[in-house]
Amino acid sequence: MEIERLVKMANDIANFFEAEPDHAEGVKSVAAHITRFWDPRMRSAIIAHLAAGGEGLSALARAAVAALVPPARRAA
Amino acid sequence: MTQIIPTIRWKDLGTPARVSEREVTLEIDGMSVTVAEGSSVLRAAAEAGISIPKLCATDSLEAFGSCRLCVVEIEGRKGYPASCTTPVLEGMVVNTQSNKLADLRRGVMELYISDHPLDCLTCSANGNCELQDMAGVVGLREVRYGYDGENHLKAEKDTSNPYFTFDPAKCIVCSRCVRACEETQGTFALTIDGRGFASMVSASQNESFMDSECVSCGACVQACPTATLMEKSVIEKGQAEHAVVTTCAYCGVGCSFRAEMKGNEVVRMVPNKDGHANHGHSCVKGRFAFGYATHKDRITKPMIRHSIRDAWQEVSWEQAIGHAASEFKRIQAQHGRDSVGGITSSRCTNEETYLVQKLVRAAFGNNNVDTCARVCHSPTGYGLKATLGESSGTQTFDSVMKADVIVVIGANPTDGHPVFASSMKRRLRQGAKLIVVDPRSIDLVRSAHVQADHHLKLRPGTNVAVVNAMAHTIVTEGLANDAFVAERCDIKAFAKWKAFIAEARNSPETLEAITGVPAAEMRAAARLYATGGNAAIYYGLGVTEHSQGSTMVIGIANLAMLTGNIGREGVGVNPLRGQNNVQGACDMGSFPHELPGYRHVSDAATRELFGKTWGVTIDSEPGLRIPNMLDAALDGSFRGIYIQGEDIAQSDPDTQHVTAALEAMECVVVQDLFLNETAKFAHVFLPGSSFLEKSGTFTNAERRISPVRKVMPALGGKEDWEVTVMLSEALGYPMAYKHPSEIMDEIARLTPTFKGVSFDKLDRLGSIQWPCNDEAPEGTSTMHVGEFVRGKGLFVITEYVPTAERTSRKYPLILTTGRILSQYNVGAQTRRTENSLWHSEDRVEIHPSDAELRGIKDGDWAGIRSRAGETVLRALITERVQPGVVYTTFHFPESGANVITTDNSDWATNCPEFKVTAVQVEPVTQPSEWQKRFHDFSNQQLGLLEHREPAKA
Ligand code: SF4
Ligand code: SF4
Ligand code: SF4
Ligand code: FES
Repeated sequence: MEIERLVKMANDIANFFEAEPDHAEGVKSVAAHITRFWDPRMRSAIIAHLAAGGEGLSALARAAVAALVPPARRAA
Repeated sequence: MTQIIPTIRWKDLGTPARVSEREVTLEIDGMSVTVAEGSSVLRAAAEAGISIPKLCATDSLEAFGSCRLCVVEIEGRKGYPASCTTPVLEGMVVNTQSNKLADLRRGVMELYISDHPLDCLTCSANGNCELQDMAGVVGLREVRYGYDGENHLKAEKDTSNPYFTFDPAKCIVCSRCVRACEETQGTFALTIDGRGFASMVSASQNESFMDSECVSCGACVQACPTATLMEKSVIEKGQAEHAVVTTCAYCGVGCSFRAEMKGNEVVRMVPNKDGHANHGHSCVKGRFAFGYATHKDRITKPMIRHSIRDAWQEVSWEQAIGHAASEFKRIQAQHGRDSVGGITSSRCTNEETYLVQKLVRAAFGNNNVDTCARVCHSPTGYGLKATLGESSGTQTFDSVMKADVIVVIGANPTDGHPVFASSMKRRLRQGAKLIVVDPRSIDLVRSAHVQADHHLKLRPGTNVAVVNAMAHTIVTEGLANDAFVAERCDIKAFAKWKAFIAEARNSPETLEAITGVPAAEMRAAARLYATGGNAAIYYGLGVTEHSQGSTMVIGIANLAMLTGNIGREGVGVNPLRGQNNVQGACDMGSFPHELPGYRHVSDAATRELFGKTWGVTIDSEPGLRIPNMLDAALDGSFRGIYIQGEDIAQSDPDTQHVTAALEAMECVVVQDLFLNETAKFAHVFLPGSSFLEKSGTFTNAERRISPVRKVMPALGGKEDWEVTVMLSEALGYPMAYKHPSEIMDEIARLTPTFKGVSFDKLDRLGSIQWPCNDEAPEGTSTMHVGEFVRGKGLFVITEYVPTAERTSRKYPLILTTGRILSQYNVGAQTRRTENSLWHSEDRVEIHPSDAELRGIKDGDWAGIRSRAGETVLRALITERVQPGVVYTTFHFPESGANVITTDNSDWATNCPEFKVTAVQVEPVTQPSEWQKRFHDFSNQQLGLLEHREPAKA
């Protein structure tokens, strides 16, 4: 997957939850949204991207990706 | 299960029904009759089975009292009053037959007939003419005036409209057409010119119908008692011999129609008077634009080819399906289970959609299924589910008749949802207030007898700022319905939201700079919404197709909860769905993260329920959405797709990205009526069937499930659901359905909101609004009564985040997109009908000042360039758009509107941001590079189709 696109998507989601006054709640919401709507290969790719430095991810998106559970199945 | 009905004419009770608590009892011809107060004597008689002759009255229109055929005698009254304009009174004694009355009526008929051609035998209305009937009823035997006096028999026919003719020689000046155009349609295109003998019906200022304001809805044709206004198809083919009730396959209003047939041929489509969504009204698309179904471009034989550079080869169904299945199996074996997927269509039935997602989940074994609703209303699903608990509109269409304040946001109902717009306009003429939130002056802002009280002409992309400013006003001015919020909503979330919205940065004054809407106007609109009585919000793609689409839907739900405008008639939150079955496609589990009934795939209990019934294990991980599929295709992890009835190469944003992705795939299977843009990239083509050729159900924007009934055999030999069944079987997962009703039975067994739905019940009730279950066996008209589906209504914070798409020196204008009445979506159907006479090309609308600055004149070629691409359209200079904004439709593929739209999308659902693209517009002399390439490629593909190899016998 083109990583810039995934980064933009993660940042867009984080942008919405930025307004949440409780930071921990915000991180949880972003992570939950990604888990509910992204297919495993997309989640694996963004997790790998964070491990490689996470360039371009906003602070909230970064925290949320760090909180993601790696998908059990490795998609081809 | 097809209900065939003889084409007996509708029972016409003469004048409209009255709703009243009080009843009145009178005596008609010695019979005691009890009817609602306010009814006419004519209607009271008809309800009792006594028919009084009539011509100018019909029960869809208010009585006018001009023909005087319906005269009666009333005890204690002098003279012979017209029964259509005389209201019933308690104790009235009416006599409908006497020698005197018979004389009077014969006299009336004699006058009419003396100015009417006597060509009944060759007249197109022969056998279906009220004038003819009445001549028979009153016993007309001679016409004493002769036919050589002055008459209108030589008046010229107007055949300008492609679908109906106007033959003034046959007109009896009953004014039913004029009233239909006013009352039913709300266009006011017709008038009666002149007085007495000289009076004549004419379309606005004596123009031809085609040049007039007429929008070709057909209401006048339907109302005309003679052959004056007549469908050309009837003139050509004659009167029908049977009829079948079915549902329009165009827009989300879901009008009910009677398909009037001669054998397997449709003679005409007549809006169904008993239709619950349309009550006998229609628009030009459903009423007249059905010719595409038998258009010569239909492809009726399956075809395959190895590469998209090869000519097509016609093959048998077995070969085509076998080839597709072996390719999908090969790809999955080589690249993994998740390397293939499917797309369902909002133009297909619920049953067909359900089967495609079932095939993906059970036969492919993944959740890679999505639907075109992705690109239109996916934010509605997300936003309404989050706040109210159900992904659907809250009302019936009829509810608008009880609204006092109507708010239209980012929707253009007179073009997009014409039949609903007609009821809305009727309500507005009765005095309801109107707030329009739209960057453009849509027709509703000012049209015949309708004028918006507030038009918030915002800058494209600032919806959320507007909704926040409205909520801010309501909260800080103390206009909220605190009692409703306290009783019905989650108080903790509300407190958090209230603190947010009350901040000064959300005030109309602060946001004015962003939205461009004057603060005073904004406040006034907010006050009206909060305090004007029943307030109802109707919204469309101008809300959803933004990077903050879901946020805006949430903002709308917040507003409705804040003011208590939800949970009863006349109020609510109403998404106007674009295509006919958007609601149904979403309900049927077309999204990659949800099983039918909006249940997430991570929910073990739901997975188990479906898994057990289907005999498979359902994947617990969400699948790819359409844009993700395309991205994955480009990186090689997604290689095969089964597309039913969708045209992503035209309807999805960033066309060049879409076509590159399609080209990268190894197996693209397209099932459609025509070789659409996507099919030009396909390896397998499976002939689809039109709505006339199959049975099933559609669900409209008010959650109404209506039957679609087969009226002619499928041209390709198979209904769409049968094709999916075949493919599934070839993939090794057999499905044993003999009829779509069995598919619906399975849906009902597995989906709580559909529990009580069956084809039998639909036959009985005509239509059903879900939820339909044990508590509501006949369906539910208004949602969230007493309690929200999710329990407590949830206020969610809606921070305004500007879109990443900004204007700059290089791209100083904002392009926004929309649609028009006569064309439908990608236009594949309507472009193949005479509707193209109204709209034969997409044009770019530009404000005079922007045009002048660039030296562009009306009709000039204008190049539109964005960060994504460039296209060329002819310019239409108009003040409908504000300076700085340009606008276009996207009904023609060569327009390439989506070549310019970008890949920005809604944060929650990836619904593309069609409504905001920064562009530059310049005068040009030739088509864009893309258009040239498109043209070449398209011609090449049409050549490959034309030179297809016929199947070996
Ligand atoms: S056109 Fe038909 S409906 Fe209209 S006035 Fe003439 S006869 Fe009546
Ligand atoms: S077709 Fe519709 S819009 Fe046109 S004149 Fe008749 S009623 Fe009016
Ligand atoms: S297109 Fe829509 S409004 Fe027009 S007839 Fe069909 S369902 Fe009704
Ligand atoms: S029907 Fe009553 S006056 Fe024409």
